[in-house]
Amino acid sequence: MKLAKIIEELALTVETAQGRLDREVKGGYVSDLLSDVMANSREGDVWVTIQGHPNIVAVATLRDLAGIILANGRKPDTETVQRADEEKIPLLCTSLPTFEVVGRLSRLGINSQG
Amino acid sequence: MEERVLEWDYEIEGKDFRNAGKVSSKVKEIMKELGFDPDFVRGVAIASYEAEMNVVCHAEKGTLHFAILPETLRIVVQDKGPGIPDIDLAMQEGYSTAPLEIREMGFGAGMGLPNMKKNTDELDISSTVGEGTVVEMLIRTPPSKERSE
Repeated sequence: MKLAKIIEELALTVETAQGRLDREVKGGYVSDLLSDVMANSREGDVWVTIQGHPNIVAVATLRDLAGIILANGRKPDTETVQRADEEKIPLLCTSLPTFEVVGRLSRLGINSQG
Repeated sequence: MEERVLEWDYEIEGKDFRNAGKVSSKVKEIMKELGFDPDFVRGVAIASYEAEMNVVCHAEKGTLHFAILPETLRIVVQDKGPGIPDIDLAMQEGYSTAPLEIREMGFGAGMGLPNMKKNTDELDISSTVGEGTVVEMLIRTPPSKERSE
């Protein structure tokens, strides 16, 4: 499923997406521990987290993730948006709780690749 | 490819969370440009990132040396820092000495060294308490994948 479709279905706020909205999302991963995401996320995953600091962009870049969803009303730091923009990592926000985000993704057919 | 060694050296600043991960991004970029298999590159990126973050989280400063040898990649991360008193304990998944504010950022899950071990063929750690730590990682390059140069 294309990232643009997910943004539409979940009514996500787009912080930055740099023309990567047509990227295919292969699956999803949830965690707020960066090493856990490094170890267990898969290429093409959309990552749901409440961490908003710039290091999430490094993790998403290194793992080739399809995008980051900040759940639970969390807002990214200004520098996070800037970095995501530079690295072309789509950064999306929602006030929905993490559990709800994942439930909705799953209903759309986005599941764990692991 | 000839029996030529390609190598790069980078500096890592302790507590510099703004630039954390940049060195590993460079390592990844180099490998990508040299045409290594993407899955292999991601594995190396994990090991490199964890070693880099250990310096950022725990040390004053450090260096990352990256070398592409004929059949192996070599990453050596050396730091000036507190050192690791008990390496076996540090290798245990879940064990961490990271302070609370670093844990709140999602670091210090005690997965760094285990992640390095899982993604390398050889991991050698030597450390002197009060002086620093040297982490050497060797990763065999996949034989089946010919690199395009």
